[in-house]
Amino acid sequence: MAYSKKVIDHYENPRNVGSLDKEAEDVGTGVVGAPECGDVMKLQIQVEDGVITDAKFKTFGCGSAIASSSLATEWLKGRTLEDAYAIRNSDIVEELALPPVKIHCSVLAEDAIKQAIADYQNKQHAINELAPTAK
Amino acid sequence: MTTSQHPPVYLDHQATAPVDPQVMETMLPWFTEQFGNAASRSHDWGWQAERAVDDSRKSLASAIGAKGREIVFTSGATESNNLAILGVARMYAPKGKHLITCVTEHKAVLDPMQALEKEGWDVTWLTVDSTGNINLDELKASLREDTTLVSIMHGNNEVGTLHPVKEIGAICRQAGALFHCDATQTLGKEEIDVEAMNIDLLSASAHKVYGPKGVGLLYVRRRNPRVRLAPIIHGGGHERGFRSGTLNVPGIVGFAKAVEICLESCQEEQGRIRQLRNRLENKLTNTLESAEVNGHPENRLACCLNISFGYVEGESLIMGMPGIAVSSGSACTSASLEPSYVLRAMGVGDDLAHSSIRFGIGRWTTEEEIDYVAETVIHAVNRLRDMSPLWEMAQEGIDLSTVEWSGH
Repeated sequence: MAYSKKVIDHYENPRNVGSLDKEAEDVGTGVVGAPECGDVMKLQIQVEDGVITDAKFKTFGCGSAIASSSLATEWLKGRTLEDAYAIRNSDIVEELALPPVKIHCSVLAEDAIKQAIADYQNKQHAINELAPTAK
Repeated sequence: MTTSQHPPVYLDHQATAPVDPQVMETMLPWFTEQFGNAASRSHDWGWQAERAVDDSRKSLASAIGAKGREIVFTSGATESNNLAILGVARMYAPKGKHLITCVTEHKAVLDPMQALEKEGWDVTWLTVDSTGNINLDELKASLREDTTLVSIMHGNNEVGTLHPVKEIGAICRQAGALFHCDATQTLGKEEIDVEAMNIDLLSASAHKVYGPKGVGLLYVRRRNPRVRLAPIIHGGGHERGFRSGTLNVPGIVGFAKAVEICLESCQEEQGRIRQLRNRLENKLTNTLESAEVNGHPENRLACCLNISFGYVEGESLIMGMPGIAVSSGSACTSASLEPSYVLRAMGVGDDLAHSSIRFGIGRWTTEEEIDYVAETVIHAVNRLRDMSPLWEMAQEGIDLSTVEWSGH
């Protein structure tokens, strides 16, 4: 299968590979996919005042899966959580020129973003509930 | 990488092999000056072609311990497998409609078997152990009064495991069932003797042995017992009525020459290829953690190395070794995203099946190429592991089998 130039670029020079402290209060982690299916994506965001200041990924999967998650981290940095939530898999398909057989990679990336945001929000929710009433 | 300027390396010889220049040379006149139809009985062009085909037939027959008249030429091993299975099943239907095969056979065996199943035949699908071998006791227990054909391959195309063909042949003979063996991967490489092995039908192909594509053979036993077949291609009654169609004379001449070359130095060549295979295997398994060899440790095709690189996905690994031709999962179904059915049948987990690469070494592979491939693969695996969440979890001591995956 021939890959698009952008997929090859992300595969060869992946942006933001790595891990953030998943226990940190300001970090949200999303892990989607399954080894049996041939793709697992871990995507993490660090948030300050509702804005994503850092994003990291690690992916087990084909070149398109690696490229989709690499691109996602690139797009996430600097976005508000609301804007991040609005990222659609079709945006990723378009940007990377993914063929139909690879669309599931973009779906995984969207799921990973949403899961990371949800994880962050759950943590904040728990903190707010535990904190003494400051208001 | 500093070695990115290396010329391309072809390590997919189980898929196909280049035509040997000597084979090519032998074939050429049969396209132009001696272009006759081997079925033309009224002139010299036809007689010459017929003689060339007969000589090739004898030569190929002797390579497997058979007689010239027992060789039927086809378009390749897929057609040979189809003719053997459909031909025997239909011809012997009055005797019985039970067939036996194995789940790790090539699709060219599995698909006609499935087609017959839909038409009312009863098929027993033998399973394999973790090395890819069938259980002979299971085979014995599966044989019935109405079993007409057992189809078991010699060497597996994906993992290289060699089946104990001689024992299988003896069991089938005793039970009175015909034995068909798909020897596509082993002709010219492993010893084959249809008499000693009690093989009744045998499929092979030219392009796996440095011959041309588009020509194959089916050995059909003529004595003790005489095997009869219902043809699947009807027409001018060529090949004793088993396979109509004008013979591919250049292809047949090339096929015979290719096998002659293989047999001239079979031991030496296979020994050299095995040495290169072992060199690659040792470099990879000694350097990389979680690199598991698939297939039988000893009884395996010399050219074949199938390895699962844990925590790394096969397609991305192939992308990390540009210019090196290998295959991931099943070569024949690489277009699909399904992991290899052969590895699955051997009990290799789907995660590791997604991580498998098949290296196929050939006649002109060099030690330098093997070293370059090993270095490139090691570099790519390490790089991909650095970005693999599974590798990270494994390093943290998490047992991946206990993780609840979301799937998709």
